[in-house]
Amino acid sequence: MANSLNLPSDFKLSSPKTWFRAATAVNSTVLLGRKHLYILPTRFGWLYSLLLVGLLVGSINYSLSLGFAMTFLLAGLGTISMLHTWRNLAYLKITFRRAKPVFAGEIAQFELVVANENNFARYNIFASFTGGESDVQDIAALGENSFKLSLISQKRGWLSAPRVRFSTEFPVSLFHVWAYAETKSQCLIYPNPGLPSQRLPSADADGASGQLSSSQGDEDFAGHRHYQFGDSPKRVDWKASSREQGLLVKQFQGEATSTLWLDFNATTGSNLEQRISQLTRWVLEADKQALKYGLRLPQQSIQPSTGRNHYHQCLTALAIM
Amino acid sequence: MTSQLKLQPNQFTIHWLLISLGITFTLFLFHLSNWVPASFAVFALWRYLIAKNNWPYPKLWLRLPLTFAGGITVLVTYGSLFGRDASVALLAVMIAMKLLETRTKRDFIVMVLLSYFFTVNILLFTQAIWVCLAILFALFGLTACLISASRQSASSKHPATWRVEAKLAGKLLMQATPIMLVLFVLFPRIPGPIWGIPQDAYRGMSGLSDSMEPGSINQLSLSSKVAFRAEFKSTIPANNQLYWRGPVLWHQEGRRWTMTSDKINLPTESLETFGETSNYIITLEPHNRNWLLMLDLQDTNPPDTLPEDATIKHDRQVVSKQPVRTRIRYEGRAYLQYKLASKLGDHERSLALQLIEDENPKTRQLANTWVNQQKSHVEIIQAALIMFRDQPFIYTLAPPLLGNQPVDDFLFNTKRGFCEHYASSFVYLMRAAGVPARIVTGYQGGELNPSGNYLIIRQSDAHAWAEVWLQDQGWVRVDPTSAVAPSRIESGISTALSDSDLLPLLSRQDYPMLKKLYLNWDAVNNGWNQWVLGYDQQKQLALLKSLLHRDIAWADIGLILMAVIIVLMLLISYILLRNTVVITDPVKKAYLKFLKKLSHVGVNKFQHEGVIDFGKRAAQQLPKHSSEIEVISALYSSIQYAKPTTTKTKENRIDNHAALQLLKQLIKKLTLT
Repeated sequence: MANSLNLPSDFKLSSPKTWFRAATAVNSTVLLGRKHLYILPTRFGWLYSLLLVGLLVGSINYSLSLGFAMTFLLAGLGTISMLHTWRNLAYLKITFRRAKPVFAGEIAQFELVVANENNFARYNIFASFTGGESDVQDIAALGENSFKLSLISQKRGWLSAPRVRFSTEFPVSLFHVWAYAETKSQCLIYPNPGLPSQRLPSADADGASGQLSSSQGDEDFAGHRHYQFGDSPKRVDWKASSREQGLLVKQFQGEATSTLWLDFNATTGSNLEQRISQLTRWVLEADKQALKYGLRLPQQSIQPSTGRNHYHQCLTALAIM
Repeated sequence: MTSQLKLQPNQFTIHWLLISLGITFTLFLFHLSNWVPASFAVFALWRYLIAKNNWPYPKLWLRLPLTFAGGITVLVTYGSLFGRDASVALLAVMIAMKLLETRTKRDFIVMVLLSYFFTVNILLFTQAIWVCLAILFALFGLTACLISASRQSASSKHPATWRVEAKLAGKLLMQATPIMLVLFVLFPRIPGPIWGIPQDAYRGMSGLSDSMEPGSINQLSLSSKVAFRAEFKSTIPANNQLYWRGPVLWHQEGRRWTMTSDKINLPTESLETFGETSNYIITLEPHNRNWLLMLDLQDTNPPDTLPEDATIKHDRQVVSKQPVRTRIRYEGRAYLQYKLASKLGDHERSLALQLIEDENPKTRQLANTWVNQQKSHVEIIQAALIMFRDQPFIYTLAPPLLGNQPVDDFLFNTKRGFCEHYASSFVYLMRAAGVPARIVTGYQGGELNPSGNYLIIRQSDAHAWAEVWLQDQGWVRVDPTSAVAPSRIESGISTALSDSDLLPLLSRQDYPMLKKLYLNWDAVNNGWNQWVLGYDQQKQLALLKSLLHRDIAWADIGLILMAVIIVLMLLISYILLRNTVVITDPVKKAYLKFLKKLSHVGVNKFQHEGVIDFGKRAAQQLPKHSSEIEVISALYSSIQYAKPTTTKTKENRIDNHAALQLLKQLIKKLTLT
């Protein structure tokens, strides 16, 4: 189980066609060099060559000297277009931006920056994960552009980006050039938070699973914040919401000071994943309610704190557990 | 990728397509039934409006009947769906209709590829220079359309510009040109055809026919098409000597005169020649007949003076084995003075006297009076010519129609006719009077093109004259037209006609400027014909022989082609595919120039070596230039490496721009020896 966490979630999808050599990263930059480019005629290319054969035979049959000339001009056009298609993809430099973590089941978005160091523009460059949706961009001469590729995450843990397939058929769609870029880019997948119905552990729950250190009685109204998914409807300030745009939730002073321990042992799931899922939901809830919370896991514990960094630290710990 | 094919290209794509197809259909205007380009105009306008006003595309229930109607109309117009004209027309109609369902990227690409094919098909009909230029424009537009269609994609945020497409299309075609030239020159030319060619393929060709009746040459004379061009190696003979021999007609049948059958198998008439020969080269336009026009009279001794694949008939007409369907070039050697057939065999004599009985009684009566007057053959000929000269005969392109007794009607009633009227009635008279005679058709005269020093002989120079056989003189040429209109023979058809406005514009005497322009243009055309259109296996082998100074076997051309193409492709690939990382920093650029200059004299900078260190080393190696080298090195390093903060004091501050100019100048001035 632990091993499988490090594998890309869509292992089957990305099973690489190993007979194609992929360009790999040097200093975190991938260069699509000569050795990595593959080229084949498209079906339009085959149709075109068929028409050329027809023209050639016609020229011979009718002894059309100018027919030869035009056939050869079109043949030259085809050949030249092959070089142009190849050159449209060659020597691009690809760097991967860090992917933002997402929850399992959400779409992980990888961003690649593709730089063109030559003084001619590139048009219609396609990039896609094998079998995935492709992004199309032009890249100006001596410029760069970013591609956004998405992948549906399934399991928590590190999701490695599969090899990226770059391709183009520009300028005349007679040839298809492609190349694979191997990357070490990874996206951290937080565990699925499960259903929002799971309530936070409270101080008066049995055992030492979680407790609020300060009393809930002396809460003072401290202001409003926007409604987030999972907020209790009781906290919505309907009066304020009707005045302003969007739903507003009442916030109370006392919350910031209360400390909550989210303990692995207090979870009730039947297996590891369900328990992690529950902890994740708790972290979300606690963060939403701006509680001070700590995380206690079998091999690790994170001291109670608040804020974005703490929130991500907790989720990361849960993701790679 | 497949989903990308369903995208709808932008407005430029359809504009490119419509413009280039417009050019192509304009070219076909002259060669296909008018309704074909007209239907294109309708569908193109429709498609344009769809694109402009976002109209809905026609549904299948409308397109399907339209397609059937198109096919049936072609069938009705051309009588079949096959054959050259019909199949091209069918392709044209289908392309025009396909416009209505051309909407996605895939549709456009298929459409452009078909249009490439269709456009080149115009060459089946004409290969003129201007057509070639128009085709290039159409191919350019189609390529731009293809680029435009290929550029479309869902997430492409960049606005499409037609300039990018046009520029790239031009670039692709320019780069394709060297490949085209190499293939054109070196691709082994196989003499066609590989298989049978549709019957209608040569419909457009005109020329002399194997028979003649009043009106047939007259018809030809209305055409300004070039029949052939003749280039003389020596001086060009006088106009009245320029009789170009074509079919010889023996057999009279009503108003129709025909050639002798090949089955008769008569011996070739004997030939004695006198005086100088006249040598010339003819470039004959295709006319789909076997005749090779030759100046009277072709030398056949030795027989290999005849053009290749040609034979001579018994009446000294030169014919090729195959109908002339491509422009051909052959040499001729003529004697202007000769004696043809010193003896006339019985068979020939009976053929040369043949007439259908009981026709033209008045003419026969006139001939009988001459015979009864005991006139000799020569006197009879003279009597006939005097009649033509003294009576009010008129040479005209618009003769009246003749009645049931055509010769009688012409000689005694209408008296207006063209050369075929004079030749046929003269021969009829001669035969009726017992003088063996025959009609020779061909061309007379020709127009000198001073720009190329050759003669242009047009269809309007078509002519018919007579030959009579006289004891001791053999077949003697008599041109009755010259008795009526001497200037026709002396200086060409335009001076002889009273009604020259019927003649094609270019055969007339008026508009000298136009004529001069035309003659220059014809010289260009002649070169085009000789070197581009006439480039065949023979020319190919001759060219390679002169380039390589040795004989080349036909099979070797393939090898030469392979070698040249490989070298060319390597060269083009190197230029296009090398990774040229651009150095944008002008300072670095200047310094690289400096390094290049030094490396020319053998001083190379090591990768690890510093700029100043290298400068010192180079200065030591080149003591003559030591100061310049050190200054350049110091200047470069100060611009490149000095941080702005360290040069803040006024004295040390370097104005970057001025420093760069100085660096550039110093490097430019540096000349190492």
